Amino acid sequence: MEFLRPTTWGEALAAKAERPDAVPIQGGTDVMVEINFDVRRPVALLDLNQVTDLAGWEPMSDGRLRVGAGVPYARIISELGDRLPGLAQASRTVGSPQIRNRGSVGGNLGAASPAGDSHPPLLAGDAVIEVESAARGTRMIPAAEFYLGVKRSALEPDELIRAFWMAPAEGPQYFSKVGTRNAMVIAVCSFAIALHPQERRARTGVGSAAPTPRRALAAEEFLAAELDWTGSGPLDAALLARFGELAAQAASPIDDVRGTADYRRHAVAVMARRTLTWAWNDYREEAAACA
Amino acid sequence: MRVNFTVNGRPEAVDGVWEGESLLYVLRERVGLPGSKNACEQGECGSCTVYLDGLPVCACLVAAGQAEGREVRTVEGLAQGDRLDPIQEAFVECGAVQCGFCTPGLLVQAHDLIERNAEPSDAEIREALAGNLCRCTGYEKILDAVRLAAARKAGVA
Repeated sequence: MEFLRPTTWGEALAAKAERPDAVPIQGGTDVMVEINFDVRRPVALLDLNQVTDLAGWEPMSDGRLRVGAGVPYARIISELGDRLPGLAQASRTVGSPQIRNRGSVGGNLGAASPAGDSHPPLLAGDAVIEVESAARGTRMIPAAEFYLGVKRSALEPDELIRAFWMAPAEGPQYFSKVGTRNAMVIAVCSFAIALHPQERRARTGVGSAAPTPRRALAAEEFLAAELDWTGSGPLDAALLARFGELAAQAASPIDDVRGTADYRRHAVAVMARRTLTWAWNDYREEAAACA
Repeated sequence: MRVNFTVNGRPEAVDGVWEGESLLYVLRERVGLPGSKNACEQGECGSCTVYLDGLPVCACLVAAGQAEGREVRTVEGLAQGDRLDPIQEAFVECGAVQCGFCTPGLLVQAHDLIERNAEPSDAEIREALAGNLCRCTGYEKILDAVRLAAARKAGVA
């Protein structure tokens, strides 16, 4: 095995171009598990820890945030929790403090596990993934087009994940996850919602309930048509129930060691209703405060 | 490959490191610091918790080469000579050690907590230690020890 240690982004891209079979390693919280258990023996590891560009974030001129792929969850929570509350909530559920000090959204994207905690809020927050190769330059891939299958993504072998772009929350955002305890849990299933009041729509992300993380598009369309954004009233019970049903229909879960398909569909509906209720209550409060 | 890093303030140059090796293996098997424990090898148990550049991490999930040029502090580096760190004293006094296997990781993680937060609530202690498993299930006395060490640090015990 080789251990490649680029110190700049340019060096990292050159190394990946030369060795497309090299496995990028950032926090190691996925990659090292596979090596420790001998389920993966990459010919080379491409250590990205020295590439400091990946460890920063910045506001861009279009108002969005560009967050380096290597920013660990602990810093997403402490530095961006106010602007990316849905992602910060999901980040708080990742592993343990030790894992959150190392693990990153870039690593979650690279692994592309359907159970990755950051995926649902990235989908709900309309995130775009910035990837780059030495040969073809930068590609901007909407999160909804990034996930292609179980642990498969749109990333090409010579590409690396540079950052994700996401607008600061313009409305309430919530994340919910089912597991056996609060810490150290791989999601049985999860759900994220982000209200986008200026567009008068909500976006969603369903996690660990299909081969890929995915949006519940029919549920989003339903809300866009049925929600009264000008009103400050509570949610109608029938609307809430229908939203839950449509969210569950977006899932295509399997039975596995963490839960059954039926349970996952049920839980997605429950989480969809709950997160929409929390978000809508916040929205009503904000609307009332502004009135 | 060779890996150069600092462990408990002492520079180390370790040769013959396999590229897929973990920092934990290097510490235990090549540097002679067996305090950090090897249990789950997947970040679930926290027994291998060490400071990497001042942040607690699971040493089993850090590739050895990623420690190049960096500072590692292990449980062996908490005491100053024969003088135990206050968190270690509190673990002894409270009987927070049963089989002892989880203790090194818990000490490092609890040390970090009270460095950052001198008056942690019970909820904050539980959250901070959520990634450290004690299979003897001696959590109550571990919580007692962390409360005691924190209270002493804050000057109220």
